[in-house]
Amino acid sequence: MEFIIASAVGVLTAGGVYLMLRLRTFPVILGIALLSYAVNLFLFASGRLAVNLPPILSKYGDASYTDPLPQALTLTAIVISFGMTAVLVMIGLAAFLEADSDQINIAADDTDTKTNKDAAQ
Amino acid sequence: MMHWIIVPVVLPALLAPVIVLVMRHDITLARIASVAGAVLLLAVAIGFVVVAAGGQTLIYELGDWPAPFGIVLVLDRLSAMMVLLTAILALIVLAHSIATGWDARGKHFHALFQFQIMGICGAFLTGDVFNLFVFFEVLLIASYGLMIHAGGRDRMRAGLQYIVINLAGSTLFLFALGTLYASTGTLNIADLAAKISEIPVEEAALVRVAAMLLLIVFAVKAAIFPVQFWLPATYANAPAPVAALFAIMTKVGAYSILRVHTTAFGPGIPATDGLIGTWLFPAAIITIVVGGFGVLGARRLMPLIGFSVVGSMGVLLVALSAFTPTATTAALYYMIHSTFAAAAVFLVADLVITRRTQDKLAPAPVTVQNGLFAALFFAAAIGMAGMPPLSGFLGKLVVLDAIRTPGLIGWAWTAILAGSLLTIVGFARAGSVLFWSSTAVDAPEPDAVTQPKATATQIAPAMVAVAMLAALAVFAGPVTAYLEGTATQIFDRAGYISAVLGNQDEES
Repeated sequence: MEFIIASAVGVLTAGGVYLMLRLRTFPVILGIALLSYAVNLFLFASGRLAVNLPPILSKYGDASYTDPLPQALTLTAIVISFGMTAVLVMIGLAAFLEADSDQINIAADDTDTKTNKDAAQ
Repeated sequence: MMHWIIVPVVLPALLAPVIVLVMRHDITLARIASVAGAVLLLAVAIGFVVVAAGGQTLIYELGDWPAPFGIVLVLDRLSAMMVLLTAILALIVLAHSIATGWDARGKHFHALFQFQIMGICGAFLTGDVFNLFVFFEVLLIASYGLMIHAGGRDRMRAGLQYIVINLAGSTLFLFALGTLYASTGTLNIADLAAKISEIPVEEAALVRVAAMLLLIVFAVKAAIFPVQFWLPATYANAPAPVAALFAIMTKVGAYSILRVHTTAFGPGIPATDGLIGTWLFPAAIITIVVGGFGVLGARRLMPLIGFSVVGSMGVLLVALSAFTPTATTAALYYMIHSTFAAAAVFLVADLVITRRTQDKLAPAPVTVQNGLFAALFFAAAIGMAGMPPLSGFLGKLVVLDAIRTPGLIGWAWTAILAGSLLTIVGFARAGSVLFWSSTAVDAPEPDAVTQPKATATQIAPAMVAVAMLAALAVFAGPVTAYLEGTATQIFDRAGYISAVLGNQDEES
């Protein structure tokens, strides 16, 4: 259990960082999505891993339960990263349509930007 | 329980949807609502400062759940001061963007503006680190919209960069929170402070990792080396009034470092003692250097101001990294100063750039009201560079005076003084190219001066920002007295913990 979760977080993070470093809009969006999956798993595991336990204390049953707080945190993080990804997609699209290029890095000068743009075409 | 504490969050949160749903086709109505909201916020903020000056720490339990189980908002001197700073800055920026018509160049400026205010005020008031993350996201998502307001190729591309950097930062924030929760089992700042102080040094590895991760996250917001690179590009391409508003956003990062790293990981706690200052100090020194050389090397006006903001964040963080009450007082004074100074320079730059049609630092045919703009730019640049008689000089003086640790004094004094010199030279060069060399360039047709003159309402906000700097210098005594109380309160960790967690005993 611990091994699977830990390696899943590791692999997702590695993939996410690799894709973010591609500096093109689409891979970066995918990379951020992977990173947010990794962080969701990580948050989930931060309340210790427990299988088949309810997140609520039962007055009648035994006292063992799984920590509900990381589940709430993960839910919040999912909602926020979903919204952020949507914004990123829209602005990435707008930037691509304006600039005719999906490069994320910008050259320092206007003239450099133009040559870059020509090179991209 | 004082319900007013939630007002700076709820007021913009309710106003923004009304503006976007009811007033989206009527810019006049949206302007009136937005200004009314900002004025109300200012009134509430002044009330906060008056109440908080009494010295007690007020808390507001959301849903009446006691901390650490529920989320709390905490109002102490520091929060009250930051909310007031936000409210004044918001009103100045709002007046400028309405007078110059920036708000009408794209859609939903006022709604985004209100959401931005909500996020910033929430971040200043919250007493819970996860809540801090949520308010960071609120202010960030509003800032994405404001950053690309009015569109344009370069602005969209710079905006995309800004978003990607900040999304990476947010992910790191969540990793830090996960680590923190795994090692302490709480995310309430007061509870964290209580728990972390009990962790023995040999078991502190995970907490130290979390503290450093959080420091990196806040460093991204505060634009400290090595994660300062996003700021010049963003500020240079954002609409100038938005860049002026962003002057408070870097301060959110500095505030978070002050709040979290003093209270929870602060001095005297065995688990993290000396860890933060050791890393923050050299990073802040390099930030000053980067800012100074950036100002000197910039070829356009907006990146030049962006780099001067980086340099001022460096000075601020040098003072913060000492983690002593004296240095914190100096840092807070400099924080107020640099917020208004950055806003003033950006607003003046906006007036100049819109009449020159581009912001390259090269002689161009002289614009209307050259003398007036030159004088305004001169005043704002004096503020930004830290020359007398404005408050920047006093701010740097108290920062220098507060850093007297033998090993650090040489580095800090050299960096701050040399950084100031570079900033002065950079601004002097920019000003003489923009306003003096331009007088030697012949206009293509002397009669064809088509740029509209700046009206009094367009100039007033920038002048108010400069006047704030003058007032800060004149009333340095009372302000410093308040800030000394603030610094003492921040370092009174036991007082903060008992104020936030104390209610449990009363109710149980």
